[in-house]
Amino acid sequence: MTKPLVLILGAGSDIAKAVAHHFAALGHPLQLAARNTAALQADQTDIALRYGVGVTVHAFDALAIQTHESFVTALPDLPEIAVCAVGLMGQQAENERDIQAACRVMRTNFEGPASILAVLANRFEARGNGTLVGISSVAGERGRATNYVYGAAKAGFTAFLSGLRNRLAKRGVHVVTVLPGFVATQMTVGMNLPAKLTAQPQDVARAIARAVERKTNILYVYPIWRLIMGIIRNIPEQVFKRMVL
Amino acid sequence: MLAARTLQPRSVDALRDIVLCEPDMIARGNGRAYGDSAVNTAATIDMRRFNRMLAFDPATGQLVAEAGVLLGDIIAAFLPRGWFPMVTPGTKFVTLGGAIAADVHGKNHHKDGSFRACVDWIDVMGLDGDIRRCTPNDPTPLFDHTLGGMGLTGIILRAALRLRPVQSAWMRQTTIPAPNLKAAMAAFETAQDATYSVAWIDCLPTGSHLGRSLVMLAEHATPSDLSPDQKLDPFQINPKRKLSVPLDFPAFCLNRLTVRAFNALYYRAGAQKSGEQLVDWDSYFYPLDAILGWNRIYGSKGFVQFQCVLPLNRADSGLSALLNAIAKAGSPSFLSVLKRFGPQNSAFSFPMEGYTLALDFAVTPQTLALLDRLDQITLDHGGRFYLAKDSRMTADTLRASDRRVGDFTAHRDSLGLQSRFKSAQSERLAL
Repeated sequence: MTKPLVLILGAGSDIAKAVAHHFAALGHPLQLAARNTAALQADQTDIALRYGVGVTVHAFDALAIQTHESFVTALPDLPEIAVCAVGLMGQQAENERDIQAACRVMRTNFEGPASILAVLANRFEARGNGTLVGISSVAGERGRATNYVYGAAKAGFTAFLSGLRNRLAKRGVHVVTVLPGFVATQMTVGMNLPAKLTAQPQDVARAIARAVERKTNILYVYPIWRLIMGIIRNIPEQVFKRMVL
Repeated sequence: MLAARTLQPRSVDALRDIVLCEPDMIARGNGRAYGDSAVNTAATIDMRRFNRMLAFDPATGQLVAEAGVLLGDIIAAFLPRGWFPMVTPGTKFVTLGGAIAADVHGKNHHKDGSFRACVDWIDVMGLDGDIRRCTPNDPTPLFDHTLGGMGLTGIILRAALRLRPVQSAWMRQTTIPAPNLKAAMAAFETAQDATYSVAWIDCLPTGSHLGRSLVMLAEHATPSDLSPDQKLDPFQINPKRKLSVPLDFPAFCLNRLTVRAFNALYYRAGAQKSGEQLVDWDSYFYPLDAILGWNRIYGSKGFVQFQCVLPLNRADSGLSALLNAIAKAGSPSFLSVLKRFGPQNSAFSFPMEGYTLALDFAVTPQTLALLDRLDQITLDHGGRFYLAKDSRMTADTLRASDRRVGDFTAHRDSLGLQSRFKSAQSERLAL
């Protein structure tokens, strides 16, 4: 019996690659989508060789929202599971000076992911089943001086996923919001992250597959992050605004 | 203890920038060499991001893969389809690049040779950032010196290796108790046709029990060897629970008495089980991989490995001298392995036709003195040493043991590699 087809959007990222390997190892065929498809060819061959599953590669630009309908229509099969790993951290200092840069961060983390998931949501709803997984961020739980542009975009995406889940709950379509916390990836190379709070991409992938299976709504990869963000959300603004976080 | 600056390139371009810019460097795989082979404090290049399989030809069993792929990944992907590595060391947590750099050997060396025997070609990045594909038939020494060259000829990037077709995930193992060294060697000589052969050897007894061993022979099992249940899915074995050693054992746990007691029990248990057994591939090839952090039984000071090979005509007297020296020193070696090597044709690899003895000791002043003594006995008998396990040999000892060093360093010198590709080990050994 073949397992449900998994579409991975933003397939070039470290988390996306780990998710691809994990689902393929479980026997799921994959559709890998990213802007730079040439860079995905080696991964396509590697995953197909290792796990003996079908893997196709598709050009996808998260920012070209006018193409999203046709992108989904052109897929050889409509996937059962779609994981959106599109994201861009950017540099907060640059985002403060350069509104173009800030817009790119906001569009990549919110507009693009929301747009493609909206298209997929409608197709899944029409079909009456499917799972949408959005990789958002704990940074969206409260804006902080050090990365509020990224955080604001992720907050928007988290709210969007929440609304989508609410809308589709009775239509057979499940939505998972992933809040990974710190993850050791290319995005965080050079950051001094606390080891005990930092997940590996493989941990995120395993947690996502389990969340899809169990229909988890909001996934914290390490449960401690639920507590940490609970505390951060509840610090009174009078105090919070003077804190260095 | 060495602290090294580690670089983790993700692409060939990023790797090329490192090679062109860093004053000196060494590539590192999964860190399974026992000593300082893959450590350069200025720049150690972690190659584990290059871990993709690139092509497989089911007609020939040839797999093309990047250097950071682990042998364990290859087994996970290909054993279910009836393929197994042609040559594998005692751990599956080695990278392809590391296996080539150390030209590792397995329990089938007497029959199939070292890892080199299954390598069709290697892509090596040189100092200029260019990638050269080398094969065993090239007129240049790049292939020959990259096998066993400990990463000192350039950065191993990709390779093509041939896998072995197998009919099941199981091994048919025969255990032969050998009361002493002579009997063990006789068992190896009689078993030249066995695909795999290795002996666990007890290094503590002296006199008529010197070299008491359990010689273990094995073949890949065919479906007719399997039980009806196993036949249903011949490539499936029961997943094992991983054991781990959670903390460093206190120093007193491994001493002459406990090791002596363990060895005596182990030998007796083995002798009782002599005859044929069906064993799964993981337990057979990688018994220590099942115990994560097994090295911690040696305590916080760690342990030191020793592995030498003695030529066939002097193996008997040389092994006796080694075993007598170990027994006399009373330093317990917990894991001691004896193995017959077959002929080996290569420019800088460790194996030669004869017998190899692998030992490990807890680090103490006495064992370090013993190791110097073992070096000398090996030299006296025309033997040489395994660089993947070395962490303490001197440059003089290496030169006294291996006349091929001159050709190797001349090759490095002619390409200007000596000042650029270097490890703590290559510095110590003046390679």
